[in-house]
Amino acid sequence: MAVSRREFLQGGAAAAALILSGKKAEAGGADGTQLRTKGLKSSTTICPFCAVGCGLVVHTKNGKIVNIEGDTQHPINQGALCSKGSALFQVANNERRLQKVMYRAPGSDKFEEKSWDWALERIAQKMKDARDKTFKAKEINKKDNKEYVVNRTEGMAFLGGAGLDNEECYLWSKFARSMGVANLEHQARI
Amino acid sequence: MTNHWIDLRNADAILAIGCNPAENHPISMKWIEAAMDQGGKLIAVDPRFTRTASKADHYAQIRPGTDIAFLGGMINYALQNNMIHEEYVREYTNAAFIVNEKYDFNEGIFCSFDDQEKTYDPKAWAYAVDGAGNPKRDHSLKDPRCVFQLLKKHYSRYTVDMVCSITGTKKEDYIAVAKAFCSTGRADKAGTILYAMGITQSTHGTQNVRATAMLQMLLGNIGIAGGGVNALRGESNVQGSSDYGLLFHLLPGYLKSPEFDNVDLKAYLEKWTPKTKDPKSANWWGNTPKYTVSLLKAWYGDNATKENGFCYDYLPKRSGNYSFMKLMEKMGKGELHGLVCMGQNPAVGGPDSLKTREALGKLDWLVTVDLWETETSIFWKRPGVNPKDIKTEVFMLPAASSVEKEGSISNSGRWAQWRYKAAEPVGDAKSDLWIINQFATRVKKAYEKGGAFPEPITKLSWNYGKGEEPEVHMVAKEINGYFTKDMTIVDKDKTLEFKAGDQVPMFKYLQDDGSTVSGCWIYCGSYTKEGNQMARRDLTDPTGLGMYPKWSWAWPVNRRIIYNRGSVNPDGAPFNPKRAVIAWDALEKKWKGDVPDGPWPPMNDAKEGKYPFIMLPEGHGRLYALDMKDGPFPEHYEPVESPAKNLMSKTQTNPAVKIPANMSSDTAKFPFVGTTYRMTEHWQAGAMTRSLPWLVELVPTMFVEISQTLARAKGIGNGDMVKVTTERGSIEAKALVTSRLKPFNVQGKEIEQVGLPWHFGYAGMATGDSGNVLTPSVGCANTSIPEFKAFLCNIEKGGKRA
Repeated sequence: MAVSRREFLQGGAAAAALILSGKKAEAGGADGTQLRTKGLKSSTTICPFCAVGCGLVVHTKNGKIVNIEGDTQHPINQGALCSKGSALFQVANNERRLQKVMYRAPGSDKFEEKSWDWALERIAQKMKDARDKTFKAKEINKKDNKEYVVNRTEGMAFLGGAGLDNEECYLWSKFARSMGVANLEHQARI
Repeated sequence: MTNHWIDLRNADAILAIGCNPAENHPISMKWIEAAMDQGGKLIAVDPRFTRTASKADHYAQIRPGTDIAFLGGMINYALQNNMIHEEYVREYTNAAFIVNEKYDFNEGIFCSFDDQEKTYDPKAWAYAVDGAGNPKRDHSLKDPRCVFQLLKKHYSRYTVDMVCSITGTKKEDYIAVAKAFCSTGRADKAGTILYAMGITQSTHGTQNVRATAMLQMLLGNIGIAGGGVNALRGESNVQGSSDYGLLFHLLPGYLKSPEFDNVDLKAYLEKWTPKTKDPKSANWWGNTPKYTVSLLKAWYGDNATKENGFCYDYLPKRSGNYSFMKLMEKMGKGELHGLVCMGQNPAVGGPDSLKTREALGKLDWLVTVDLWETETSIFWKRPGVNPKDIKTEVFMLPAASSVEKEGSISNSGRWAQWRYKAAEPVGDAKSDLWIINQFATRVKKAYEKGGAFPEPITKLSWNYGKGEEPEVHMVAKEINGYFTKDMTIVDKDKTLEFKAGDQVPMFKYLQDDGSTVSGCWIYCGSYTKEGNQMARRDLTDPTGLGMYPKWSWAWPVNRRIIYNRGSVNPDGAPFNPKRAVIAWDALEKKWKGDVPDGPWPPMNDAKEGKYPFIMLPEGHGRLYALDMKDGPFPEHYEPVESPAKNLMSKTQTNPAVKIPANMSSDTAKFPFVGTTYRMTEHWQAGAMTRSLPWLVELVPTMFVEISQTLARAKGIGNGDMVKVTTERGSIEAKALVTSRLKPFNVQGKEIEQVGLPWHFGYAGMATGDSGNVLTPSVGCANTSIPEFKAFLCNIEKGGKRA
């Protein structure tokens, strides 16, 4: 069977590049690939850096992420990635990732480890206190001197969201507004 | 983006202005180069000779902050040389609309300016209306008060010589760019404009964007394949976070957040629902009541009834501006008790960041939710401060990464794509969904025992399953929306039956009576009876234009190119049959191709035809705007800190922008133009990249780029430490001396520029001074985005000791 240089390269790349998602994985066939891929699970994801929306395939073994690479079936990036996308593996496997809930008391010079339950209870109480203390039900408008109902929490601000999933953004938006937070902003403003 | 990434391959000309796709969106180059393989021309307009410029057919150097001069000159060039798409301009834009007698423009100021308040009254710019209340029009475009003639007059001042003396562009480069891009004004040609923060981060940023849109409308480039105005967005889900209303002025789906004088639901809807008397205008925002009520039903469930205005009273009402810079100002005054940062790092990402870092110390408490220690979460132990002096309580919560949770994100092309959980989060890290759910359920519980006006919280509909992790599919289904009761809907010749609890198939079935729920109307259709549309991976491409309609899901209604009624003539025939986005099939009486911008027949259909710009009450694209804070036409003003006098008028800077104190245009102290930007190897405030060894190896430290001439003048060698100073502060960095930067010739003087990446800070593995220590807290008149891209600075050899 005649194989063009291009086809040869494509086949070679498919085997060497550890393409595991979908049908092409079975079609790969080379022994070396089989050894490297044995027992791995794969799932797809989208790059968390810029908003091109490149696809990646994440490979795990025994629950641990062992490889991340471009998704060759993704129509936008067709397997290609930039240096940041290529480094996503090091976001998943990185000793600098925060692993524990950390707390810094007023005036302290260090963080101390706390439980989720302790921190969340205290944060919920702080949020409630800030709202209770600074809630403005009504205000007089300076221009027309009339009183308006504003139901607004003045003393608390929520920032961020461009790194969250849509479903998380939605719940954040819903929670913020229910708390009367008008000070709601994120990266798009800057 | 009006279009999407793959569509760039359909362009005959690509104008990258205020963006650097080869650097910041590298994979987009795949499609830009695909266009170039077909003969498409890449044009790069940038202060620096960027990676994109190095690939471009034409490069034009532009002084930071002078984009309106540049684009205004192109508008003039297209008009003077008859390069516009005349039928498009006449039929689809407001060129033919007559403007009322009050409209006037003089020496950089439009009519109705209040010099005390620094505001305009946009009512003075209204259209002239006929007896029936419809705007008057002159289809011959000859009436001296029609938009087309006013536009022509306004931009006649933007001659090539005038423009080049403002922007510092070489005349031959400018003409080459104008010619290459305006040549897409023909029906069979497509030109796309790509932009990013180089356009938006300006005191006239919104008008910069408008100028791109106006040029595109004049050339008939909106709605077509290979066309559009395409914002290259920089964060993986900044599209989604905007869509879901995480901005002070918005609710999900670009509904407006209520203002203090929208006293009840009726008043709110009255204020924000645009009206038209023209039956040919679709006026899609006329559906505002349906989307608002469906949102309130998603938030307050059975508690939201017609009688109580669907709990509209529970929403906070704004009085003024709560934008990022205002919040930092408030924080600095000690007016905020608490701040929660969900993956945002204001100590690096915002302007004048020394002030922000100080302001953080005025908080009683700070919560950061992130994958990493950030400059914000460790601000209390930053270099040069004593932690004992800082009383802020800090909670640093570990968040799961994108591969450790499940959900969707929306790219620049509005494609909502589903991600899967590959592994458990590291250590005790938790998904943001879990963390938000914990905040909400715990606060809710606390308010059951009472507190200030507890009802907005206690009555909030919040139930996402019984498991430890909230059920993300339940959230996605609520966003899409469902029927709250059995419904029969008659849609033309079809009768549709829905049961209570059925997913709403698309937003045209949302109701304003409480019978539907939808958390974000523009995502209605993303999660239907057929399942999760965002998870689709079908690579069929029936049009051959790379739209891949069954890959993921695009808002709105899976439309891949918005305003696509602009791609056909008023009879529904594609302007360019070779790249037909949609086409009207007169026999079958339906559209073929992409999901059309509304189901109605073509505009010329006497009974049901509609104008193409369905989101505007007049149905026509606005060459002349009615609701900008700084005028109906983009006008050139200098950045607030500028080395040059405004040559275009006596008005130096945008008159609708209030100028804060810590700004200086003293060129004796600060003779150089500073500008900030990003690079491939790092990302935004740096937390996500400065701790990854592979990337740190590539770019390990903060640097500033200067030209060879400036380096010689200052005796700076490549790699020397330098100090850069502005009115706000000083930073040190290594000098990168490069021929990619050249001085600008501004009004006969050579002005040097200093280029600064802004990714660095004092946390993480690779540290360095932050570019934003230098940048000014002054923003766009319309959006309040800071003017990061153009300020004045000085540079000295010798680092901090200099």
